[in-house]
Amino acid sequence: MATISFSQKDGHNAFIPTLSEADTGPGALSGIPLAGQDNISTRGLPTTCGSRILEGYVPPYDAHVVTLLKKAGAAIVGKTNMDEFGMGTTTENSAFGPTKNPADPSRVPGGSSGGSAAAVASGMVRMALGTDTGGSIRCPAAFCGIVGHKPTYGRVSRYGLIAYANSLEQIGPMARSVSDISLLMEVLSGYDPRDSTSINCPYSHIPDPEIRGLKIGVPEEYFGEGVDAKVASVVWDGITLLERKGAEVITCRIPSMVYALAAYYVTCTSEASSNLARFDGVRYGPPADPKLPWHDAFQQQRRHGFGIEVKRRIMLGTFALSSGYYGKYYAKAQAARQQVRNDFLRLFRTFDVIAGPTMPTVAFRLGEKTDPLSMYLSDILTVPANLAGIPAISVPCGTSDGLPVGLQIMGPHFKDERVIDVAYAFEQGVSR
Amino acid sequence: MTDTAGVAGQESRSTDFSDDEVIIGLEIHCQLDTRTKLFCGCSTDYRDDRPNSHVCPVCLGLPGSLPRVNKKAIEFALRVGKALNCTVPDESEFARKNYFYPDLNKGFQITQYDKPLAVKGYLDIEGEEGEKRIRITRVHVEEDPGRLVHKGGADRAKYTLVDYNRAGIPLIEIVTEPDLRSPKEARRFLNKLRATLEYLGVFDSEKEGSLRVDANISIQPKGWFGREGRGKGDRGRAEVKNISSYKGVEKALTFEVTRQKNALRRGQRLETETRHFVETRGITTSSRSKEMEQDYRYFPEPDLLPLRVCDLAAGIVLPELPDARRARFLSEYGCSPIHARTLTGDLRLAEFYEQVAGSDPIPAATWVADTLLGELNYRDMTVSRVSPVWFRDLILLVKEGSVTDKGGVEVLRSLLDQLRESGSCETPDQCVRRLGLKVLERTGGAGEEQDPVTKASREAVAEHPQAVADFHAGRKEAFNFLVGQVMKKTRGRAKPADVNQILLGILGEED
Repeated sequence: MATISFSQKDGHNAFIPTLSEADTGPGALSGIPLAGQDNISTRGLPTTCGSRILEGYVPPYDAHVVTLLKKAGAAIVGKTNMDEFGMGTTTENSAFGPTKNPADPSRVPGGSSGGSAAAVASGMVRMALGTDTGGSIRCPAAFCGIVGHKPTYGRVSRYGLIAYANSLEQIGPMARSVSDISLLMEVLSGYDPRDSTSINCPYSHIPDPEIRGLKIGVPEEYFGEGVDAKVASVVWDGITLLERKGAEVITCRIPSMVYALAAYYVTCTSEASSNLARFDGVRYGPPADPKLPWHDAFQQQRRHGFGIEVKRRIMLGTFALSSGYYGKYYAKAQAARQQVRNDFLRLFRTFDVIAGPTMPTVAFRLGEKTDPLSMYLSDILTVPANLAGIPAISVPCGTSDGLPVGLQIMGPHFKDERVIDVAYAFEQGVSR
Repeated sequence: MTDTAGVAGQESRSTDFSDDEVIIGLEIHCQLDTRTKLFCGCSTDYRDDRPNSHVCPVCLGLPGSLPRVNKKAIEFALRVGKALNCTVPDESEFARKNYFYPDLNKGFQITQYDKPLAVKGYLDIEGEEGEKRIRITRVHVEEDPGRLVHKGGADRAKYTLVDYNRAGIPLIEIVTEPDLRSPKEARRFLNKLRATLEYLGVFDSEKEGSLRVDANISIQPKGWFGREGRGKGDRGRAEVKNISSYKGVEKALTFEVTRQKNALRRGQRLETETRHFVETRGITTSSRSKEMEQDYRYFPEPDLLPLRVCDLAAGIVLPELPDARRARFLSEYGCSPIHARTLTGDLRLAEFYEQVAGSDPIPAATWVADTLLGELNYRDMTVSRVSPVWFRDLILLVKEGSVTDKGGVEVLRSLLDQLRESGSCETPDQCVRRLGLKVLERTGGAGEEQDPVTKASREAVAEHPQAVADFHAGRKEAFNFLVGQVMKKTRGRAKPADVNQILLGILGEED
C-alpha cells in the first residue's frame, strides 16, 4: 500500500487530529487527500465528536463510510473539527476551539461540519465528509463557499457515525465542485446491512447540466421574514439563471414551515438526550471516578465532560420525553414532522425540485451569536429537508458583502442525482 | 392495641378476612435460546467463558454502532406468542427505555413499549379447582443488560466489575393478567409456561439466570378485582422484583400473603410498593420507593424500523405442546392421568419416557415418573444426565425377573451416584453383578437343601418361633413378617413368589 504525505498548515483550526502520512490505494479516489469528520469512527484514530467526554477515545472499528473510502483508495488525512456532537451552527461549540472561515477569518465557518468546510475551502483537502442533522453540511458549505450535499435519509450508511439525532442525520460529501460531490456520493452510498435504516439504492451517475423543462418550486417561506434581503436577492439571481437555462420557475408554499423548527428541535434534542446517555465514563473516554458511588461518578463525568450547548440540548430532550410531556412535545413534533413530509410530497407532485437560500444570512462574526434561540432560528431553511428525509444540496451562488451565499436545491426521496444535476447546471452556468 | 384504638370502628368492619382473595399477576423474563444475540452476531454461549469475551461494538454500545434485529429471535418470540394463543398486531415497534446503570451499555435498553410483538392470549393450567385459563396481556422482545460482579460480595466489595457477555442476549417478557389466585397457582403457571417454552425449542431452563420473574400481589375483598371502577378501596399491592427461580416465586408470594394478611389484620394500610426478594432468607424487603420511581422516557427506537411480522407468524407451525402430548400419553401409552401430567410437564422427561416406554409403557411410566424422578430430585440432578439406553435395560432386567423391584431401585441409586460423582457409570448388568443383586433362582430337586432361599426361610422360621406360633394362630401379619425376614437375609434378591411358596411349605411341614 502506498502512502501520501500531508503537511498542509492548518491556519483555520479545521482539523482536530491530522496525519502526516496517510495510506492510499487504487480506486476511484486513489491518492486524493480527504478529511473525515470527528464524529465518524476510524479504527486506530481518535474520534471525539469535538467533545472532552470522548477525549482519548480510539474506536476499535471503522464506520461503514470509512471502509468504503479506504476501498476506493482515498487517503484520510485527519478528522475535522465540529460543534460538539454536531450541536451548533458555527463550530464554536467545540472543546478544541472554534474553526475560522477561510473566506473571512473573523467569521464562523458555519456548523456543525465547519472543520470540513474550512478544510475544503482553504484547499487543505480536495473533499471531506460532513454530517447533516439539521443543515450541518449545507450551512458551512454556504458560509464557506463550497458545495455540500445531504443525501436522502437511508442512502448512506450511518454505521459508525456517532449519533446525535438518528432519525434526521446523514453523512454526506463536501467539495469545491459538484463533480467531486457526485464522485464521492458514488463511493459513499449503497446498502449496509448493519444499518437497519439503510436502503439499497446505490448512486452511479455522471452529472448532466441539461435542465430544460425542469419545474422548480420556490417557496415563499424561503424568502420571508428573517431572511436577509441581500442574501435573498443573490439567491433570486441564481434561480433566474436556472430559468434562463430552460427551467420553469414557479412560487409555492410550505404551510408546515411554521412548525418545522419546533418539530426539529424537539426531535433532535429528544434523540440526543438518549443517544448521549452512554457517555458515563464506564467503557471509554476519560474514566469516571471509581471512588464515588456510581450515581455521583456519572453526574460528575457528564457535568465536566459535556459543553454547555450539549447539556442544554440533553435537558431539553429529557424534558420533552418525560412522562406527562411526551404527548405535548415529542408526539406533537412527530405529527408536525409528518406534515412537513406531506407538504414536500405534495409539492413534488408538481415540481421536480424546490429551490431557495441555504441560510437566511451570510456567516456570523465569531462570538456574534450569544443567545441560543437566535442561533436555532438560523436553521429554519435547512431543517425541513432533514424532517422530510429528502436530498438537499447547497451550491455557491455568489456573495453578499463579499461573503459567500449558498443556493439550496431539494429533491424528492432518492432523487439525489436530480439535485446534483441542477447544482451542476448552476455551477456550469456561473462558470461560463 | 391502644395505638390503633382510633381506627377500631373501621377495624371491626374489616376483621373478617375470610372473604378476601389473593390476586397475583406475573411478568416473566426468559432468555431466548438463539445462537447469536438480539442485535449483533455475538455468540450467546458465554456461560463458561471469560468475562467480556463475547462482545462487539454493538453489544458494548460503542459510539456509532447500530443494532440490527436477529430474525431468529423474533421468530422464537412469535412461536411463544402463538403457543400462548396471542394476536400478532400488524405492526410492532422497538422502543428505548432510558435509565442510567453501570451494567447498561448504552444508557438505555432496547425493548418494546406500546406496540408489543404479541397481545391478548392465554394459557390453560391446572388450577386449584380444575382447569383454569390465565390470560396473557402481552409478549414482547428486549435485550438483556450486562452483569455486575462484586468481588467479595455486594456489601464488602471495594469496586464492581462489569461483564457485558450477557448484554444483548434476547429476552422475552411475558405479562399475565392478574388472574392467579394463590402462590401455588403461580408456581403451576410457571411450570406450564416453562414446559411450553421448552417444547417450542426456544428456551433452556437449565441455563443459569435464564428466567427472572416480577410478581404483583395483593389481597383484596372477593369480587373487588372484577368490579367496575375498582380503584376505590384498593388495599395496595406489592411488586416483588427479580425473583430468579421457580421455587423462589412460590416462596416469595407465600411470604407476601402472610405479610399482607398480618398487616391487614392489624388494621394497617398497605402501600403500593416495590419489594425485593431475598432468596437466601425467603423473605421480601421493601425497596425505598423513591429510588425505584423512575421515568423511563420511552420513545420509538429510531435506529430500527417497525416490525411487520404477521406473515412470519402465520407461517410458523407449532410443535406438539404439553397438553396435546399429555392427551397422547393417555391414549397411546395408557398412562395414568397423574403420570401423564408429570411426564409431559418437562420436555426432557417426556422425551426420555418415550425412549424407554418400549413394549411395557405402564410400568415404565411408574419407573420414570415416580422412581427416577424422586431419585433425581433427591440428588438435585436432571434427567438429561441419564441415558435412556441403560435405563431401558434396567427396566428390562426387572421385567425379566433377573432383579427384583427393590434390587432395581438399588441399582438405579448406585448408577445415579456414579454419574453424579464421575459423570459416567456402569451398565445395569455390571452393577447387578457387582452388587450381587441377581435374583436367586430356586434350585429344586436334589439341591433343594442348598437353595439359599430355602436356607434363609428355614433360618427365619427357626429364629422367630413366636411369629410361627402367631401364624398358626391365624394372624396374617406374622406371615408377612417372616417374608420380610427372608428378604432381609437374601438382601432382596429372592423372588417374592418363591419366598411365599417355600415359607408356606416349611410352615406346613411343622403341622
